[in-house]
Amino acid sequence: MSVLSSLARLEAAATGRAQPVATVRHCHLAGAPLVMIPLKLAGEAAAPLAVMLGRDRAEPALLVVPQPRNRDLRFAFAADLAKIVLEHIEASRGAAEALAPGKDGEERFRYTDAPQILLPNPGGVGFLARLGRSTRFRSTEGPYAVEPGVPALGRWLTWFADRHDHPGSSLLLTVTEALRLHWATGQSSLEDGNLAALMGWIDPPDGLDGAAAAARAEDPVVCPPAGPATDPTFDNEVLAPAIASYDETGHEQRVRTALEGQLAPTWDLMWRAVDLLRALPEGASVAKRWERDRDGFTWFHRNFDEGVPQPRRDTAVRAARRLHDLERAQDAYEAQRAFDDPLIMAEHRLNGQAFGGVVAGGDPARLDESGKRPKLRPHLLIATADPVRLDTGTAVCNAARPGLKGKIVDIGPDGVTVELTGGMGNRLTPAPGSVPELGDRVVFTSLTGGSFGPARFPDRESTPWTHGGPPPEYVPADEDAQEEWS
Amino acid sequence: MTETAPDLDRLRGGAPPRNHDARTIAALTANPGCARRGVMDAAGVDKDAVARQLGFPAPYGQSQFAITRGNVFEQQVKADGCAELLTLLRDRLGLTVPEARYDDLEEVAGSESREMRHARTRRLLARALETGEGTLFDHPLLRLEIGGRAVYLEPDVIAFQLAGRFHVVEIKSFAVIDGQAEPEQVAAAARQSAVYVLALRRLVAELGHDPARVAHEVFLVCPENFTNRPTATPVDVRPQLAVVERQLARLTRVDEIVAALPADLTFAPGAALPESVRAVQARYAPECMASCEMAFFCRDEARACGATGALGRSVRDDLGGVDSIAMALALAEGTLEPAAELAETAAQLRTATRLRREALGGLH
Repeated sequence: MSVLSSLARLEAAATGRAQPVATVRHCHLAGAPLVMIPLKLAGEAAAPLAVMLGRDRAEPALLVVPQPRNRDLRFAFAADLAKIVLEHIEASRGAAEALAPGKDGEERFRYTDAPQILLPNPGGVGFLARLGRSTRFRSTEGPYAVEPGVPALGRWLTWFADRHDHPGSSLLLTVTEALRLHWATGQSSLEDGNLAALMGWIDPPDGLDGAAAAARAEDPVVCPPAGPATDPTFDNEVLAPAIASYDETGHEQRVRTALEGQLAPTWDLMWRAVDLLRALPEGASVAKRWERDRDGFTWFHRNFDEGVPQPRRDTAVRAARRLHDLERAQDAYEAQRAFDDPLIMAEHRLNGQAFGGVVAGGDPARLDESGKRPKLRPHLLIATADPVRLDTGTAVCNAARPGLKGKIVDIGPDGVTVELTGGMGNRLTPAPGSVPELGDRVVFTSLTGGSFGPARFPDRESTPWTHGGPPPEYVPADEDAQEEWS
Repeated sequence: MTETAPDLDRLRGGAPPRNHDARTIAALTANPGCARRGVMDAAGVDKDAVARQLGFPAPYGQSQFAITRGNVFEQQVKADGCAELLTLLRDRLGLTVPEARYDDLEEVAGSESREMRHARTRRLLARALETGEGTLFDHPLLRLEIGGRAVYLEPDVIAFQLAGRFHVVEIKSFAVIDGQAEPEQVAAAARQSAVYVLALRRLVAELGHDPARVAHEVFLVCPENFTNRPTATPVDVRPQLAVVERQLARLTRVDEIVAALPADLTFAPGAALPESVRAVQARYAPECMASCEMAFFCRDEARACGATGALGRSVRDDLGGVDSIAMALALAEGTLEPAAELAETAAQLRTATRLRREALGGLH
C-alpha cells in the first residue's frame, strides 16, 4: 500500500465507486483462457468437490465428486479434469517458432502462444497446488495404477501453481488479484478477497453503489463464495443431504444441481471480470513478459516426456536458483510497470525516486569540452513540485523513453538540472526529437528498466557439502504411487 | 481488582459469565487497543448474543464435514489410551517415554462439576510433579485469571509429562504436507497452545513448583500429507506466550475504563442495547472480522462515521493517523487547513492528489 493507493481508496469510499490505480493493463489476457472455479470439501487437505471450467463462457463443463470421501471417485474426477486441462494446453500452444541457436549451438524454440488459466482467488491456487501434489507421484502401472492423465495433470498443476509465484507471470492468474492491480475499492483489502464484493465496487448493478453492491455480495445465499471453501450453511443444509442421497441411490444429480447452483454465479462474475480487464489497453511491457512465460512453457512442454515429477521439497541449488529468479522477476516487473504506466510512476514520484515537470531552461546543445574530445552533454532544467529525494550525481532516465539517460547535476529552488549523457545519437548535435524542448512535460527517474543480471549456480552434481552435497536422483517408489488420499 | 466485579456483573445484566476457552483468550491479543472488546471480554459478556440482538450476527458457522473430520482424527489419535500418540512421540520425536499411563480428567465419578474436575487436575498434576507418576493427562481443567476474575479453561488438549517436565500436546486436523502447513492455522494453534502453557504454568506455580517445568515447546499433532496418519511437530510458543501474558496483564486494567463509564450501563437485551454498546469506544480494524463476534456491528459503525480504519490499518497508517475519510479528503483537496502535527501528512496528500490527477489526465 502507498499513500497514492490509500487516497484512491478514500475516493472510492467517498464516491461509492472503485477508482483506477492503473491506466493500462499489466497482465496478459489470452484469447481463450481456461476459466476454472474449484471447490473443495471442508476440513480436508485436498478433497475435490467440484470444478466448473471451460474456455467458452456459454458452455462451462461441470465435474463433480458425488461422494468426496471415495478415493475411486476422486481419481475418476482427476482423470476427467486432466483431459480438459491437457486439451487446453495442447490447443493453446500454437506453432513452434525457431529462434537463433544458443551459445553452444543448440537448437532453440519458442511456442507462439501458451495456455492461460484463470482462477477466482489465491485460495484456488493453493488448492490446485495441493491437488497437483496429491496426483503427480501416482503410477500408471502396477497395483495402484491410475489413468495416464492423472500424474500428468499433477505435474502441470504443480507447474502452473509455481508460475503463479513468479512476479509478472500471466500463465495462472487470479481474477481478484488482477482486478486489484487496476482498481481500488472503498473497502479493505481483506474484503476485496471476496470476488463478488470486489466486482460490486468496480461494476455495481444498476441502482446500487459500490458499498450496497458489496454488502449484497456478502450474503452467501445471494452470492455463494467463489471457493475453494464452500459456505458452511450450504454444506450442512444442502450438500450433506445431497451426498447422503447419492450414497443411498447412486444417482448424483442432486449433488450436481446443488454444486452447479453454488458455482454458476461465480462463473458469470469471472467472465464479467475478464471483460473489464480486456477493455483496458495493454501495457507496453506485457508482451515482453508473456514472451518469458512462453519460454518457460516451451521448456516445460518440450521436456515433459523425459521429465520426472517435481520433488516434494526443492533441492538446495534449485531453491537458490528459484529465489534468485523470483527476485529478478520482481525487480524487472516493478520497473516495467512504472515505465508502462504514469499512475504507477506517480508512486515513485511521491516517494522521491522520480520527478516530473516542465522543461524550463537549460542548454540543449551544450558540449563538454573538458576531455580530449568534446562530448554532447545537454543540460535540462526541469521545474518540478515533486518531493525529490535523489542526490546530485544520481543516474536517471526519461520515463517516456528510458533510452534517454542522464545524471542529476543540481537540485535548486527552480528545479532539477539534469545532464543528458546518452540516447541522443552519435553526433555532437542531438538527433532530432531526442532532447526534450522548452515547455515539454517530462518525467525522469532513477529506476532502471533492465534488471540485474542472472547469477551462476553450481550444477546439481556439484552441490557443495555445506548444502548437503549432491541430492539423490528421483526414483519412483511404490510408496508414492500408493500414498493414501483420504 | 475485586471491587470491579459487581460492575462487571452489572454489565452482563445478571447473566452468567460466558466461558472462555483458549480460542477466545488468544483472540484477546488480536486488537489490544479496543476498549469495547476489552470491557465485554473482561465481564464475560456473551458477545455473540449481543451481536445477534443488534442485528449483526457473527457468521462463524462450521461445516459438519470439517467437524466430523476433526472428531474422527482426534478419536483416532486418542484411541486405546493414546496408543498412536505415544508411538509418535517415541518414534517420530525420538523421546524415551517409559511405560505410559493415560488419565482422562473429563469426568470425575460421573460428575462434571468444574470445581471437582479442577480439583482432580490439581491433585494429579501435584502428584506427577512430586513423584513423576502419570504420563498423559487428557482434558485437564485449568484456571486463568481474566480481567481480575478466575475463569475455567475449556480444555481440548493433553498435558504430557516426561522426566518431570510437562508439554502441551494439541491435536489439530489441518494437514501437514511435506513438512509444511498453512501458516495462519499454525499461528492460531500456537496462540491457543500458549494460553494452555500459561495456565498450566500458573497452576504449577500455585502448587509450589518452578513454572519452568512446563515447557515452552508444545507438540502439534496433525494429519500427515493427504492421509489420516498423524504426525507430530514441536513448536516453540515463546513469542505467543509473551503476547498473551502482556495482554492479560493489560486486561486487568479494564477497571479504569469501567470506572469512566455511566454507572447504570448494561449490555442486557433491550431497546437501550445499541446505545450502551456505542458508549464504549471500539477500535475497529478489518482483522476483527476473523476473531470478534462484534466485528460486523463495529464495521457498520465505523463505515457510518466514515472512519479510515474501516479501509484497513495500512490505510490509516498511510494517512498519518487521520481518522476520518472526509477530513483526509479535505486535506488532500487543500480545502482544510491542517493542524501543525498534520502538516506533513497534508502536504503528502496534496502531492498525491496532484500526481493522481496528472496521471489520470482525461480519465478523471
